[in-house]
Amino acid sequence: MNILSLFPAVPLLMMLGLWLSKSRRQIHAVMVAGSSVLLALAIWLVFHYLGLREAGETAQMLLTDSVMWYAPLHIHYAVGVDGISVAMLLLSAIIVFTGTFASWQMQKDVKAYFLWFCLLSVGVFGFFISVDLFTMFMFYEVALIPMYLLIGVWGSGRKEYSAMKLTLMLMGGSALLLIGILGIYFGSGATTMNVQEIAALHNIPVQLQRIWFPLVFVGFGVLGALFPFHTWSPDGHASAPTAVSMLHAGVLMKLGGYGCFRVAMYLLPDAAHELSWIFIILTTISVVYGAFSACVQTDLKYINAYSSVSHCGLVLFAILMMNTTASTGAILQMLSHGLMTALFFALIGMIYGRTHTRDVRQLSGLMKVMPFLAVGYVIAGLANLGLPGLSGFVAEMTIFNGAFMNDDTFHRVVTIIACTSIVITAVYILRVVGKILYGTCENPEHLKLSDATWDERFAVICLVVAIAGMGLAPLWVSDMIRGSVSELIAHILS
Amino acid sequence: MDYTTIFPLMRAELTLTALLVLVFLYDLIAGRRGHHWFSAVTCGLLVVQVLVNLLPGAEGELFGGMFRTTAMSGVVKSILTIGALIVCLQADQWLQREDTHHKQGEFYILTLSTLLGMYFMIDAGHFLMFFIGLELASVPMACLVAFDKYKHHSAEAGAKYILCALFSSGLMLFGVSFLYGTTGTLYFDDMPARLSGSPLEILSMVFFFSGLGFKISLVPFHLWTADAYQGAPTTVTSYLSVVSKAAAAFALFTTLVKVFSPMVEQWQTLLWVVTVLSITVANLFALRQQDLKRFMAFSSISQAGYIMLAVIGGSALGMTSLVFYVLVYMAANLAVFGVLSTVEQHTGGRVSLEDYNGFYRTNPKLAVMMMLALFSLAGIPPFAGFFSKFFVFTAAFQSGFYLLVFIALLNTVISLYYYLLIVKAMFITPSDTPIATFRTDSYTRLSLALCMAGVLLLGLVSAVYDGINAFSFGL
Repeated sequence: MNILSLFPAVPLLMMLGLWLSKSRRQIHAVMVAGSSVLLALAIWLVFHYLGLREAGETAQMLLTDSVMWYAPLHIHYAVGVDGISVAMLLLSAIIVFTGTFASWQMQKDVKAYFLWFCLLSVGVFGFFISVDLFTMFMFYEVALIPMYLLIGVWGSGRKEYSAMKLTLMLMGGSALLLIGILGIYFGSGATTMNVQEIAALHNIPVQLQRIWFPLVFVGFGVLGALFPFHTWSPDGHASAPTAVSMLHAGVLMKLGGYGCFRVAMYLLPDAAHELSWIFIILTTISVVYGAFSACVQTDLKYINAYSSVSHCGLVLFAILMMNTTASTGAILQMLSHGLMTALFFALIGMIYGRTHTRDVRQLSGLMKVMPFLAVGYVIAGLANLGLPGLSGFVAEMTIFNGAFMNDDTFHRVVTIIACTSIVITAVYILRVVGKILYGTCENPEHLKLSDATWDERFAVICLVVAIAGMGLAPLWVSDMIRGSVSELIAHILS
Repeated sequence: MDYTTIFPLMRAELTLTALLVLVFLYDLIAGRRGHHWFSAVTCGLLVVQVLVNLLPGAEGELFGGMFRTTAMSGVVKSILTIGALIVCLQADQWLQREDTHHKQGEFYILTLSTLLGMYFMIDAGHFLMFFIGLELASVPMACLVAFDKYKHHSAEAGAKYILCALFSSGLMLFGVSFLYGTTGTLYFDDMPARLSGSPLEILSMVFFFSGLGFKISLVPFHLWTADAYQGAPTTVTSYLSVVSKAAAAFALFTTLVKVFSPMVEQWQTLLWVVTVLSITVANLFALRQQDLKRFMAFSSISQAGYIMLAVIGGSALGMTSLVFYVLVYMAANLAVFGVLSTVEQHTGGRVSLEDYNGFYRTNPKLAVMMMLALFSLAGIPPFAGFFSKFFVFTAAFQSGFYLLVFIALLNTVISLYYYLLIVKAMFITPSDTPIATFRTDSYTRLSLALCMAGVLLLGLVSAVYDGINAFSFGL
């Protein structure tokens, strides 16, 4: 068996283990064991991948494997990784690992909760290792449905409405995506579903590309919170339980950007050239509008959700710039945003679990009450607004650098507009940090609250280390990404 | 007439007839104790029937071409028989009731008769043979629908069903008579060469199509469906929604492709409109249903629309997709009806959506099974429904029906919404008076286990699809 298949296989085994476990203790044991294995596997994969590249492997996809599944339709279970997917797998493993600890205090029907959580991660891991369009799409959809129950049963607030809205909008996106995928398959002669092989054939007629590109891009874009299809994201994230918000904003939204890059742009390059301006405008709106919306929200989760819209918009914005620097920045932004938004949601969940409110107006002076969580929140905030030394700076710097390299007026103007989001981000982050963490604590009830427990501390520390690690030593990861990105970009430009 | 050639070709029909006689005799001979085992006996016999069907057999025709059998029809007959088997397993609980206990035999005999009718319909090579098969499948079905004859709803549903069935049969015969008038033959083989696509022939094709449209309950021929499904005993509803529909869909495919091949443009246009209408209208109506049996009626109309996606291309890929879709649909739909039926029996007839609030709290296993089946119907991976939907979309897309596939895909979002409404009721909405915890009987459990195996494995394991595909060449 291919080593990559372990990524979806481990969560499946975890599901089996969960199903058999009798007590809360056993459930936690299964989750910790499984997610540690996943994390170890992801870290090993990074070193193995770098080692193979050192040794002179030049193939675009490494560790590939392909098993015939449905012969009449050329559907294979085909896997393989390049630098981008290795980075994404590492991100997912970190989030699943920390998400487990962030859900430690979960009381209600723990077993079913973790079962769905594992199914979600099966989808996520499966998606990132797939190089077959059908398998990719299947895993993508596997990741969508557990969300409905996770939000609907374990969520808070208007959970039924949010869960339904999220599921239906993403399903709508995947409907567009499916027809696009069929279009790609039949457009390229219906001989293969393998992404690499379709790209090598390079034979989809341009007039067909013009139809399928918008469908595929919007299909993935819905998940990547592309304006105006982002409306599921604030409601969904606000209602979801902590670990689900982490996984969803941290990883699932990245499926969108990854898919746009790997499927829409890579397989339909001619249409991508012609039509990119439409989507550049939309993503610019996402970036700025998301940031402005975050400024006026009063619910902590909504603030972070709109901030995610803005930052994920930046991911799509960067890949549409179609040069290596900007696209490398896009992947770095996925990593960086995944880590810091997961940290944010984890912290918000922990604060909410104590204060039972997420309303900014009712919180103040938490720094004295729960210093650990407050400091974590400040770090997440600083990473979010792009402080040098943390991951956000590296990513955004690369993106805007790359975007400005396009020397026509249109690209430069939108880049400048998108840049303003940095300032707006600073406004809403600093406003919230100042309001809820500093000053005097006005609610006497809040003074009695305790600081983080060991499991919460552990989750926060892991994420902070990852964010700082990426910010301080970005080269090892950006080099790994850059090699693969430049091959994709070279194909798109050819 | 050489009997040695008849038996291998007609073995499915002959064994089923023998089986029918056996069940009849058992009904006469067995005493009160014997009646307790009626379901087991019938199901055992049906297992034998499935095995007989699955034996590799000869292809060929009999009686000058009136009867003809292919490997593919053998596969379809096996699938129908498995469906009937699951229905018989689920029927036991209902048939052990005081008011139905004495007429168990009737139920099994009527069910097997309709099955025999479907066999003949599928294997027909001549319009009269086809019509006889269709009627043999319809008339006992009306008795089944009205089986709880002292219940107002059931009797009403039976009357509605028989009237609609008669009307559609009449319409179909009318069309067939036109065909005979213009071509001078009723043999399937001779027909294509003599069809010219004249307006009269188009009219007769439309009449024929309408007749089958009633059986498959496509919009606009669906108006009987909701009432009949609601009124009929739940077990009969499940039989009606799956087995009867599957047989008619397969028959429609073969007749359209084989007989009406010179009029391919006309029937594709017709089918295009009917498919869009079926999927969309049924989905919109399903949104507002409160009674789950009515709800499943509209869901099954929309599913029939998806089946038509496989028909419209008329390709070998379409044939494989159709049979696979039908098989997967059968597993999922019978699971839903199995749960509905067992709940209805244990609670004295609770079938509305509200009754299912909080179902997961009291009966978690049934709730989970129902949810998986609904996800399969909605086409969510990794359940089989995702694969079967993907294949019918591929089949239609391959033949160039881009817009149709697009409309159908958008409709999957609507259908997901209403399937999720049930999931929401079971898992999320709390209730003061949930359905009490109960133990299901072993027959129902076995049937649900079979269905779940289908829902979980049919897609992930490609062997079944490959098996069906091996027979789809040459139609």
